[in-house]
Amino acid sequence: MHGSETMKRQPLYGLLAEFHSAEELLEAARHTYETGYRRLDAFSPFPIEGLSDAIGFHRTRLPVLVLLGGLFGCCGGFFLQWWPNVIGYPMNIGGKPYDSWPAFIPITFEMTILCAVLTTTFGMLALNGLPSPYHPTFNVPRFALATKDRFFLLIMAEDPKFDSEQTRQFLTELNPREVSEVEN
Amino acid sequence: MPPKYPENVATLVSPGSEVLGPGHTYGSVTDKISSIVLTQRTGKKYKAGLALAIVLLLVLNYAITVLMAVGVGIFGINVPVGWGYAIVNFVWWIGIGHAGTLISAFLLLMRQKWRTSINRFAEAMTLFAVACAGMFPLLHMGRPWVAYWLFPYPDTMGLWPQFRSPLVWDVFAVSTYATTSLLFWYVGLIPDLATLRDRATKKFKQIFYGVFALGWRGSAQHWKRYEMASLLLAGLATPLVVSVHTVVSFDFAVAIVPGWHSTIFPPYFVAGAIYSGFAMVVALAIPLRKYYGLEDFLTLRHLDNMGKIMLATGLIVAYSYMMETFMAFYSGNPYDRFMIMNRMTGPYAPVYWVLVAVNLVIPQLLWSSRIRRNPLWLWLLSFSVQTGMWLERFMIVVTSLHRDFIPSSWGMYYPTRWDWMIFLGSIGLFFTLFYLFIRFLPMISIFEMRELVHKTAEESTP
Repeated sequence: MHGSETMKRQPLYGLLAEFHSAEELLEAARHTYETGYRRLDAFSPFPIEGLSDAIGFHRTRLPVLVLLGGLFGCCGGFFLQWWPNVIGYPMNIGGKPYDSWPAFIPITFEMTILCAVLTTTFGMLALNGLPSPYHPTFNVPRFALATKDRFFLLIMAEDPKFDSEQTRQFLTELNPREVSEVEN
Repeated sequence: MPPKYPENVATLVSPGSEVLGPGHTYGSVTDKISSIVLTQRTGKKYKAGLALAIVLLLVLNYAITVLMAVGVGIFGINVPVGWGYAIVNFVWWIGIGHAGTLISAFLLLMRQKWRTSINRFAEAMTLFAVACAGMFPLLHMGRPWVAYWLFPYPDTMGLWPQFRSPLVWDVFAVSTYATTSLLFWYVGLIPDLATLRDRATKKFKQIFYGVFALGWRGSAQHWKRYEMASLLLAGLATPLVVSVHTVVSFDFAVAIVPGWHSTIFPPYFVAGAIYSGFAMVVALAIPLRKYYGLEDFLTLRHLDNMGKIMLATGLIVAYSYMMETFMAFYSGNPYDRFMIMNRMTGPYAPVYWVLVAVNLVIPQLLWSSRIRRNPLWLWLLSFSVQTGMWLERFMIVVTSLHRDFIPSSWGMYYPTRWDWMIFLGSIGLFFTLFYLFIRFLPMISIFEMRELVHKTAEESTP
């Protein structure tokens, strides 16, 4: 009995507060972070400037990854042409140099862009943890409006400051439209 | 079916300077755009249009089947004109695609708000135009089933592609462009697919959109990375789009044929690509806004701006024609001089003069803001430009080749019915894909429209 209980996941994932406008959500998110909650997330139907900063997420590693992807494409693209022409199957055409690098620039450029674009797209998805067909927030019926015209603030149960009663009280004071429990 | 919103509201209320009609909320833009996909019934005109496009697509399938069975001998190509309609159509289609990338990438970097409502279907247009374009060089090869020989892979013969050839550069440029266009378009679609997933009432649609939405939920962290990714993709796609048509122009400019061997080709081709691409965006946007009652989203301001871009790029194209002629005489090269005189007075002279009329003279009407803000006129003008740009590529490919250095090797090129069938069929392919797109995916970016509503509201409250 006890063993199976420890196997169970915590029933409560967090508390979700619903707001009418982007400004209300932004204000609420800032206030929540200032109060000391750290495991937060906010959901909106379009990107809101400053919202990720408000919940304590300031920088993404994506640009560095894209730079590395681009450099890989650049070097790889050049090597792809240099190796066959100089080492793999050199052919003397009109006494021209094997390593005729200016002719290799267009493909080097295209490969740089290609690898950078692939890194951007798949890097963004991977860092975001997508695809994720299931997420606990989907259990809240009204959460479907997060992709239309409503704004949500989530405090996760794993937050050290989280207490289902106190946190609910705290969220209610932010004057949301509704506070709902998110089940795991 | 009568549109939900009276068609004349936008024109009555907004004097035409807004990028969004008045009175819209997050909910209203979401409902309006998603209803086209989710709830509206397919109209008779839609079905008729799609049927016509599919008929043309079947013509394409038939012609390609015959081409595979018989070979490129069914085309009108022969010595000296070895590049016929296939290359003309390839350059034409890929040029059309360029406006979509330009709208979505370059105008994003320039923070142009008016791009929001046109970028989605312009990107779709890019994707479908590249699909049409990519088909032609393959069909033209004679043995399309060994098209993979163009890619560098360690084959058993120990051979490699000729990396110094612009035709191989083209393989890399066009395939990179197709991949980038697809990913850029898809990344832009993810939040909207999530909207459709959450708005759909039928199980099948929920699963269909849900799978492609990848579980998007609009988290602030996700948006942060998403916006960064959009910006990076835009920054990467902008130089890419310039490079693609530059490489296409190298196919010509690196050869020594008079009429091709010219340093003006890259900028000339890029400007022409944007010119024809915007003409295609206009040609698609005007019927779409009318039939789906989207005048609030695709306002006269959009048409005006697109008209201005067409005018500007059209003038660059006109300048290039003039420079080509000038350089032919200024260079003192008898072959160049002959080529220009042959274009203007030779057997293909009608092509040249119709080109000058429809591509240079008629578009000068765009100087008038009344024409730019008149949907019907602008729509007709876009066809003039499309025709002009197609004729331009015909002129470049055919008139340069048919009379080169030695009169004994001169000849004429006449397209066969197979050339025509594949050309018209590619238009069928394009419109079939486009018709399916407007039925199954939101043709305007919903989340960016919500953002526009937000920003417009912020600006109006002091």
